[in-house]
Formats: sequence, structure tokens, C-alpha cells
Amino acid sequence: MEDNSSNYQVFVVNSARYLTLTTTKYDRRKKYIPNDPKEIRSIIPGSVIDIFVTPGQKIKAGEVLMTLDAMKMYTKIEMPFDGVIKSINIQKGDRIPKNTVMITIE
Amino acid sequence: MSFKRNILDLRKRKKEAQQGGGEKAIEKQVAMGKKTARERIKAILDENSFHEYDLFVEHTGRDFDMEKKVLHGDGVIIGTGTMYNQPVAIYAQDFTVAGGSLGLMHARKITKIMDHALKMRVPLIGINDSGGARIQEGVNSLAGYGEIFYRNTIASGVIPQISVILGPCAGGAVYSPALTDFVFVVENISKMFITGPGVIKSVLGEEISMEELGGAMVHSEITGNAHFFAKSEDECFAQIKKLITFIPWNNAQKALKFPIQEPLIKKSIEEIVPVDPHNPYDIRDIIKAVTDGSDFFEIMEYFARNIVIGFGRIQGNTIGFVANQPMYLAGVLDCDSSDKAARFIRYCNAFNIPIVTLEDMPGYLPGVDQEHAGVIRHGAKLLYAYSEATVPKVTVIIRKAYGGGYIAMNSRHLGADFVFAWPTAEIAVMGPEGAANIVFKKEIDEAENPAEMRKQKIQEYKDKFANPFVAASKGYIDEVIEPSETRARLIHSLEVSGSKVDQRPAKKHGIPPF
Repeated sequence: MEDNSSNYQVFVVNSARYLTLTTTKYDRRKKYIPNDPKEIRSIIPGSVIDIFVTPGQKIKAGEVLMTLDAMKMYTKIEMPFDGVIKSINIQKGDRIPKNTVMITIE
Repeated sequence: MSFKRNILDLRKRKKEAQQGGGEKAIEKQVAMGKKTARERIKAILDENSFHEYDLFVEHTGRDFDMEKKVLHGDGVIIGTGTMYNQPVAIYAQDFTVAGGSLGLMHARKITKIMDHALKMRVPLIGINDSGGARIQEGVNSLAGYGEIFYRNTIASGVIPQISVILGPCAGGAVYSPALTDFVFVVENISKMFITGPGVIKSVLGEEISMEELGGAMVHSEITGNAHFFAKSEDECFAQIKKLITFIPWNNAQKALKFPIQEPLIKKSIEEIVPVDPHNPYDIRDIIKAVTDGSDFFEIMEYFARNIVIGFGRIQGNTIGFVANQPMYLAGVLDCDSSDKAARFIRYCNAFNIPIVTLEDMPGYLPGVDQEHAGVIRHGAKLLYAYSEATVPKVTVIIRKAYGGGYIAMNSRHLGADFVFAWPTAEIAVMGPEGAANIVFKKEIDEAENPAEMRKQKIQEYKDKFANPFVAASKGYIDEVIEPSETRARLIHSLEVSGSKVDQRPAKKHGIPPF
């Protein structure tokens, strides 16, 4: 094996510090970001079929906010709790990737 | 009246069919840096040993003008031959014929040779080079895939199944290799994915090249779908020929015995390992210090590099090695390394290959990503695989054996037959640093100089527990050995385990945490 000692990194496991190399997959891991319930995100990629609300509108929990066409299914996105629409970041017809913040509420 | 006319006619027909997709298609194949299906079979098998069947099989497509098309051999070559004078079954998809697409008769040819391989208890080698399902044949091509998957499953653990990806292998086609024991890939030639870059772009708007999405290195390093990575087809064939020397022809046999050789590594084994357990080294050097001729054939070299698996020989007999690798991620256990080792252990067990475990690991990889990726479920596979295995199982603890990882790495408690420890072994519920923080929390918190107190307490814990003698006093390890005695102890313990019988309750099968 080639000499990699110049690339060693400190790696902490149970308070102990080890010298070691890392792997590509480890380096590419995503940092955890806690879920913000005030952000309505796309859990799968798809196309925006319709939006039924406008900013400033008061909405009750369970009311339908929009329809997303994803994986050949029309999915209705519901309001998670009573609140007011803060912003709408998408438009009818948009094709959006996974995890896009579509609507914010307050 | 003589046979001559008939024989000449046969020869003409054969010659025509053997041209596959014809000169132009072959030129294209070669231009892509690929060999033809026939060349590949020849390169893998013993010289002049290949016998082909079903050369004259024709496709049954009757829609979309398919009835007017002649597809020689229906895009796949099947047959039998030998490797090292032992029989094997083989098939190779021929990309020059309708892109190697899989229709009903194409699949029937493959399942025919699979049935033969299973019945005759000989290894099956499948060379994949196909555009995927033949859309014109509709549901018939789906049926074909399903019948292949079924046979892969039935043959699993009975005969070795080797998949060689030498071209595209996309959509449903990927699942036959995924069900087999060893998958070989070649840089710039192998492409495996369920959904190609085109669809991903149109649906998700994500742009990615074929090589980045499902190329040889991606499957070797990131997904763990591939076991062997090569830079060329020739290198790949050499790897297959080497692998086959280590494995038995079926699950009722043992691997071929080779002449005994001493290890070639001249360095003393102590020189390889730093005494400070925080410093890394390459565990493969230890494996090479104990194997015949220092020959170690690593499997999944690039995936989950924090654990090393592969074959070597001790006294001429094939041994499966599982070893923590302090060189990568400090040798921790995590989702991927547990998966990698567990599957390999099950392979060894199915094919009567004793397992030697070399242990030097600080515990499990901490992190939200690991917990959410299911390190509990994946980690359990390792416990399951070791506990389930009835082949001889020997463990050597080199340095760190902390906590759950100590249990998982073929401990006495999971049924190890022999457990040896070097005097540098630290067999403890956790490392001194972590343990001191918990056990002496009060003393450390209340001390005038907590840092100094912590240091002192770590040392105290280290002196008392970070050694092999506590475990030895309970009989959890059989012997504390000098590092230079390692090979001799392995030879002896494997010898005395040669007729091991380990009876388990009868059952259909267990339910491993897949």
C-alpha cells in the first residue's frame, strides 16, 4: 500500500482520537438538518398541477394546499396545522426536485 | 449418397449463426473497447473447451415486424466448458444481436444453462451485455427476467454464481447479478442502473453521466453492488480465474487444496502494528503475514474499506478472512461494513470455507446518518451471520475490541471455536477515554484540575482493563499469544477444526435482518 500518512485525519470514536483515512462515501455524507414543520417540502420530485391557496390566507389543518404529480400519481398536499400561508415558492406547471421548499407557513 | 452435403450445410448454418449481429455490429462493439461475446467466453475458459448449445434458437416475436427479423442465437450464447479442467456453465449476452436485448427465447436459453449448472452442481458464469428487455416482446421479456431471478435464488448457496458486467445492464436486468455471489465490473464498460440518466434528467432535473450514475467505480466504491473492479476486460478475466481457484465447485465440496507455502513477508509481524491503538496500519499486511505465499485475494476492495474481506490459504486450504481495517475510518463498524462482512460470512459458510477474523476496532461509527441509515438493522446482520455460521471460526484480537463490536467480531459468545489475543489486545466494554468519562465522572468534575484528573483516571482504567487478561481470566479468549505465533496458532486451530460438527435445530430457514 502507498504511503498515505500525510492524509491521516483525526477521527473521534467514544472520546478517543484515532488517526486514519476517510472514504469517499463518508466524505460525501449529508449533514443532518432537522425538519422544520413550517416548511412544506416535496418528499418526492414531481410537477405542480395546481395551487389552491395564496399568501396571507388563513388555512385550517387538513385543507388541501396543492396537488403534486409525482410517480404517475396526483398527490394532494394538506395543511399540517392551523396557520397562515407565508409564501408560495412554486408556480403551476413547475417541475420540482425532491426536498424543494414549496410553501412556507406561520 | 454421402453425408457430405448435410455436413457442409450444417457448417454453413453454424458459420452464419456464429457471426452474431454481423461485421458492422462487431466493428461497433470493438470500437467501444469491448470484446465480442465469443471472445469473452474463450478468454475465461480453458483453451478449446467451450461447447455451445442452442445456436439455432430463434426468437418468437410476432409483433412490430419482428417476425421478419433474424436474430442469431437470439442474442445470447450458452454452453459448457472447463476452467482448470473442471466443468463450468457459462452464458454471454451478445450485444451485436439486437443490442443483446432479452426476449423470451433469449431468457429460455439462459434458464436452460442455469438449470444445467444447478443439476450438475457446477459454477455458473453469466456475462451481461444487454440493452435490457426487448420491448417488442412485451410481457414475455418480463417473464424471462423473472424466471432467471427465480433460478438465481434456487441456485444460491448450492453452486457459485458469478456475474460479469461487460456493457450496459439496466432496469430489471440488474437484479440477476445482484442475486449472484460475485459481480465483476470494468471501468468505462460496465453500466448498471435501474433508471438511466435520461429519465433522471427528465423527471428530476438532475444531470449525471452514465459513468457517475452507475459506472464500475460507483458500484465498487459507493453502492457495493460490485465485488471486483478492473481497468480492462483482460484484467477482469484474470480476476475471475483467480477467484475460482479459491472456491469449491458446489456446496457439497471443499475448495481445491494447494501446495503449502510459507508467507513471503519478511518483516516481523510486530513491526506492522503500532503499539499505540490510536495509530493506523494496513491490516492486509497482517493477513499477508499469515497466509501461504502472502497471497491475499481481496473482495470489495473499495467498498466499506473500514473492513477487509477476502480469500487466502493456510496450509493449502482456502480461508475466508474478515478483518477490521484501522487504516480507514479507524476500522469502525457501520452499516456498509456490517453488510459487506455479513454477506461474505454467509458465502463462506454456504461453501464450507473456514473463517478467520482479525479484530482491531474501536466500536460503531457515530452519527445521525448512521442511525437513520439503520445501523441497528445492518449491524444485526453481522451478529446473525457469525452466529449462524457452522464452519470453523477462529478470531485473533490484535488491539482494540471494545463494546458491541467485540461481541460482533466473532467473539466466543457468538460461537467462535478459537479466540486468540495478542498481548496488545484491549478487550473492554469501551475504550479507556470513554469509560473514564463515565465511571469517574464525579471525580473528574469535582477535581481542581479536571483535565489532569481525567488523564490520570484514563490511565488507571487502561492499566486495569485495557488488556486481554480480564477476558482471559473468564475463558472468553483461549490464549494470549505472541504476535509471531499467530500463523502457527491459526494452522493448528484450523487443523483440529477440520471435522467440525455443529448441529442446529431443523428449520426451513432463519430470518436474518435483511
